[in-house]
Amino acid sequence: MSRTGLSATAGGLIVAEQLTVNYDGGPPVLIDVDLTVEPGDLIGIVGPSGSGKSTLLRAMLGTVGAVSGSVRRVPGLSVGLVPQVETIDWNFPVTVAECVGMARARGLRTPWITRSERREIGEVLERLGLHGLGDRHIRDLSGGQQQRVFLARALFTKAEVIFLDEPTSGLDVRTRHDVLHLLDDLNDQGLTIVLTTHDLNGIAAHLPTIVCLNRSVIGAGRPDEVLVPEVLEQTYGSPMEVLEHGGMRVVVDAPIDRTVTPLRRAVAGRGESSA
Amino acid sequence: MSIDELLRPFEFEFFRNGLYVATIAGALCGVVGCYVVLRNMSYIGHGLSHSIFGGYAVAGLAGVNLFLGAGIWGVVTALAVGGIVRRRPIGSDAAIGVVTTASFALGLALVQLYGSPGRNADALLFGNVLGVTTSDVWLIVGVALATGAVVFFFYRPLLFTTFDTQVASATGVRTGWIDALLMVVLSATVLATMNVMGVTLIAATLVVPAVVARMLTDSFGKMLGLSLLIGATSGFVGMNASYHLDVASGPTIVLVSASFFVVAYVAGGRLRRRAGAVGHAH
Repeated sequence: MSRTGLSATAGGLIVAEQLTVNYDGGPPVLIDVDLTVEPGDLIGIVGPSGSGKSTLLRAMLGTVGAVSGSVRRVPGLSVGLVPQVETIDWNFPVTVAECVGMARARGLRTPWITRSERREIGEVLERLGLHGLGDRHIRDLSGGQQQRVFLARALFTKAEVIFLDEPTSGLDVRTRHDVLHLLDDLNDQGLTIVLTTHDLNGIAAHLPTIVCLNRSVIGAGRPDEVLVPEVLEQTYGSPMEVLEHGGMRVVVDAPIDRTVTPLRRAVAGRGESSA
Repeated sequence: MSIDELLRPFEFEFFRNGLYVATIAGALCGVVGCYVVLRNMSYIGHGLSHSIFGGYAVAGLAGVNLFLGAGIWGVVTALAVGGIVRRRPIGSDAAIGVVTTASFALGLALVQLYGSPGRNADALLFGNVLGVTTSDVWLIVGVALATGAVVFFFYRPLLFTTFDTQVASATGVRTGWIDALLMVVLSATVLATMNVMGVTLIAATLVVPAVVARMLTDSFGKMLGLSLLIGATSGFVGMNASYHLDVASGPTIVLVSASFFVVAYVAGGRLRRRAGAVGHAH
């Protein structure tokens, strides 16, 4: 029995098999991708720009069709998407409560948020540390709060799997940590999470499962299995070095110029002092 | 001007009909305009009104029902613009420019060659209260009721699709269907409003009340209500001004709503400065 209570009899909640995707008959963006999302997973998809990370999310969400291969989802699976904050129109006239409430858009519903929905929204906002901000405009929040509003919107739909596209893009270090801890807490409560990130050290290295993608899956597994120079070089197309720091893996560009050497020494020095 | 003089036009049926249509059209355009403005589609409102003029002329020439023909023409035009944008590397503004102006040009050419179907071309272009009939009143009432029903029953999918199409689609909202529904509503609104506003000024009735409302609130629900009120008031006051100033109804209605814009702009700037000063004081 999974932590979420969902049955994943077909081998996972979402299973991509030999998935190949292109746009308008162009060159393939994804080639023969195999990926299984199990209940309770917390998966980070990493890769360079244009590697197909967002396309893989869309394919798993069902908004992009496969040229060949398939994506199978458990029937009735409820999914949510937290978009990149850069794609949001921050001048759109919408309050936090309206933003969260709009997510229940399927079926016949009243235009206004009902009393029971208002209570539910209040509970979700409180759970994410946004209590009392329902009437605020989304622009008037901090970066971390804005990210949490869209997470709240996904939770309000009672999503069992939540996809996040670059959830820490543009956030400062502290806010990035807050978002990471929040995702970890939600995952502990049973939520299945799949996210894309460019941030190998700040986010990916902290996740239980990483998928390295560059049109096809180069490697997948725990950080210590995947964050290795061979896989990273194949993924990013340039040499990379992996250091150990306080039990964590730290990825740096390979020392092809002199600027990397002092950084490596500094990181190694901190590792020794903390040991 | 005495009260008697102000009330005199209400004795005439044509004026009462025009007033009903202008007020309802203002409210209708105010509501639909919110979606148009927030989707950055202001130009398609302008283009569609011109395009429908082409459909009106073609329908007249073909001998089919003017409303039906022009309405279908408008929807097809809107869908054609969307289709071109999806299939070719052309921006939506350019696609709107090509398709709708070509349709407008076709309408002008046909009207010059074969005459205007039903009413004169000036009335269609700039609006004319004298051309409003009782059937026009029922038409706008019908379109307004249908639009109200669409907005009521599809409020959340419309809002979700307008705000965040990608996520709406990912969470199961049929965004393509919602977009098409909005295009049908927009086409019907333009068509039903054409008699009073004229095709050249309909875009302003769609855009200005929504822009003013946006300046006054940060809530979508409130924006919808405010825009409806501003549009209806502009229609009512503008139609009265049209009679007393002896100017076409379209321009007077637009000028009234533009005056709302000026007031909101100036007042909004002062309020912002005051709020900023208070913020600094704290």
